[in-house]
Amino acid sequence: MKIAWTFLGAIVIALFSFTAHAGTLDDVKSAGVLKCGINTGLPGFAYTDDAGNWIGFDAAYCRAVAAAVLGDPDKVEYHNLTGQQRFPALASGEIDVLSRNTTWTFSRDVDLGFTFIGVSYYDGQGFIGRKSLGIKSATELDGASVCIQTGTTTELNLADFFRVNGMTYEPVPIETNEEARIAYLAERCDVYTTDASGLAATKTTFEDGDAHMVFPEIISKEPLGPLVRHGDDQWADIARWVLNALINAEELGVTQGNVSSLAGGSDNPEINRMLGSEGSLGEMLGLSKTWAVAAIKAGGNYGEIFERYLGTGTALGLERGVNALYTNGGLIYAPPMR
Amino acid sequence: MAVTESSSFQVRRIWTDERARSAIFQLLTIVGLAALIAIMVSNTLANLDARGLDVGFDFVGDPAFFDINQKLINYTSQSTFGRALIVGLLNTLLVSAMGIIAATIIGFSAGVLRLSNNWIVSRMVTVYVEITRNVPVLLQIIFWWTILTGLPKVRDSLSLGDVAFLNNRGIRMPAPILEEGFGYVLIAILVGFVAAILVGRWAKRRQDETGEAFPAIWTGLGLIIGLPLIVYFLTGSPVDWDIPERTRFNYRGGFNVTPELIALWFALSTYTGAFISEIVRSGILSVSKGQTEAASAIGLRSNLTMRKIILPQALRVIIPPLTSQYLNLTKNSSLAVAIGYQDLVSIGGTVLNQSGQAIEVVAIWMFVYLSLSLMTSAFMNWYNRRIALVER
Repeated sequence: MKIAWTFLGAIVIALFSFTAHAGTLDDVKSAGVLKCGINTGLPGFAYTDDAGNWIGFDAAYCRAVAAAVLGDPDKVEYHNLTGQQRFPALASGEIDVLSRNTTWTFSRDVDLGFTFIGVSYYDGQGFIGRKSLGIKSATELDGASVCIQTGTTTELNLADFFRVNGMTYEPVPIETNEEARIAYLAERCDVYTTDASGLAATKTTFEDGDAHMVFPEIISKEPLGPLVRHGDDQWADIARWVLNALINAEELGVTQGNVSSLAGGSDNPEINRMLGSEGSLGEMLGLSKTWAVAAIKAGGNYGEIFERYLGTGTALGLERGVNALYTNGGLIYAPPMR
Repeated sequence: MAVTESSSFQVRRIWTDERARSAIFQLLTIVGLAALIAIMVSNTLANLDARGLDVGFDFVGDPAFFDINQKLINYTSQSTFGRALIVGLLNTLLVSAMGIIAATIIGFSAGVLRLSNNWIVSRMVTVYVEITRNVPVLLQIIFWWTILTGLPKVRDSLSLGDVAFLNNRGIRMPAPILEEGFGYVLIAILVGFVAAILVGRWAKRRQDETGEAFPAIWTGLGLIIGLPLIVYFLTGSPVDWDIPERTRFNYRGGFNVTPELIALWFALSTYTGAFISEIVRSGILSVSKGQTEAASAIGLRSNLTMRKIILPQALRVIIPPLTSQYLNLTKNSSLAVAIGYQDLVSIGGTVLNQSGQAIEVVAIWMFVYLSLSLMTSAFMNWYNRRIALVER
């Protein structure tokens, strides 16, 4: 009897304590690990290295946040999520931050209750198809079967694109990028559509990559970036300024190699403020003085991360293009560290 | 003092009275359960509110903006989320109904054949049952889908008499275009059905009274198929066929049965069929051997013994577990999402993702599957009562 009451009491306490929610920063610190949502597998963005560790452009951001908050870039627990799983996972608190090439849209920002903290990659939706189809443009796709990943903005853009151009198509909905690749290679569909970066990534995995082409049309704006839950502004600030610090680091010439020596102090006050030898930006965020040093040390600045996982030296071979710094004619721009 | 004594005495009496005690505990359990549910609901609502999320089913009226490939009712990307969910529900019902019919036929045939005296036949059925029953149905679905997407590509489609085409995007078949006068054919089909049922009843009554058999099944089939055929030709073939044509990417026109639907249907019906065959076998074995012997003693042929003596008795044992197989099949159809068949779960997932109404969509899923299961159970229980042997 006594055990039963104790048990009941424990349940009641557990239920009531749901609502008393501490800040995400405290949660992450007390857990000692950052729970970061990434893709189930997309070359360049989230994939495993030879040792089985998750790496990539999206994973590198998780590592930078973990380094800034916990001082150790390896203290990340990766959650591999499909397009459909990612939002419930973030909303329910299963993950602390979502870094899974997710498009910033009005309804996701406003209606779904998330806060997008910036744009880490400017993308757009395209199509890949076999050269043997004998077409040069996506506007010739009337009547085609199209593979799409469900639960993405691409699904909506696709419907709009065909409707606006007065064309019909057969949608072939697939859960993950890997399954879509299999269906496309089996010619279950004529073309596969997703973000242009994803197409480039997927094309690298084809044995006969040259037999396929990405059509010139980019049918949408897809600003991709990390996001957090609404309502915890401190955590959103941390997530936002880690990304901004990586971008500013590239602009200011702070790299993985020289960040340690610059952290002691330099003749550029902006670098000094960012790396903590002047001012107290870290304390304002509720982090240590050297948060940005740790974040940059984890994987380098924005440009270094881009080149390592996506750049022309990789299998993906993506140009910086619109993702170059604004000083080089691109769109990547971060507010000042002041 | 006396008052206190008597009240404590009464409390003790209630405590020691078993009926009163159990009533109190049941009441406490109900109150506790209600409180638990109330706390969970209010807690969920409070959390949703704290995150600024709307609760409610208003979203079903919003436009969906995505497309669906298999739709039994009109649907475009401008239709509502609610309509998208109905399209999904119909796709679930379609594959479940097809699955239940096929699984029943496969199951009953396999169950009877496994008891066959022919060694090869019974062993082959055993192999089928043991393989399909012991491999996870999800793998079987993916297996069939892989086989079907390995069929010839569109440009090498297998042509079936130049009207139907088989390729790795499904089977495209001619679609009937109904013209004026087809109404008579529909009426003929209806009349055929009613006549077949009446003939069946009459034949049963006559056999019960006089013992004379009448080929009611063949007569019935003749009525159901023959009558509409006669009317069809008399009214001058009032059906035109929309025959698929090859376009640059696909065939256009007619209607397409996707490999996803076929794969799901094959996998679900062979998997569930294996379980049903075991149920049928156990049902048949539950009828004592004396019944068969008595039947052959009065000169009944084995075919007739099975139909008239064994199966009616075996059904008592077969129906209850058969019901749960039907329920399993319906619920297993939600594995469709693995191969991209757009059933309720698949479309609901997309709706959930685009609208963000996770709790509502999950509630709709649970409500629909619960309702489907309860309706199937109710029907099967009714049927079970109808065929139950009246004990004398």
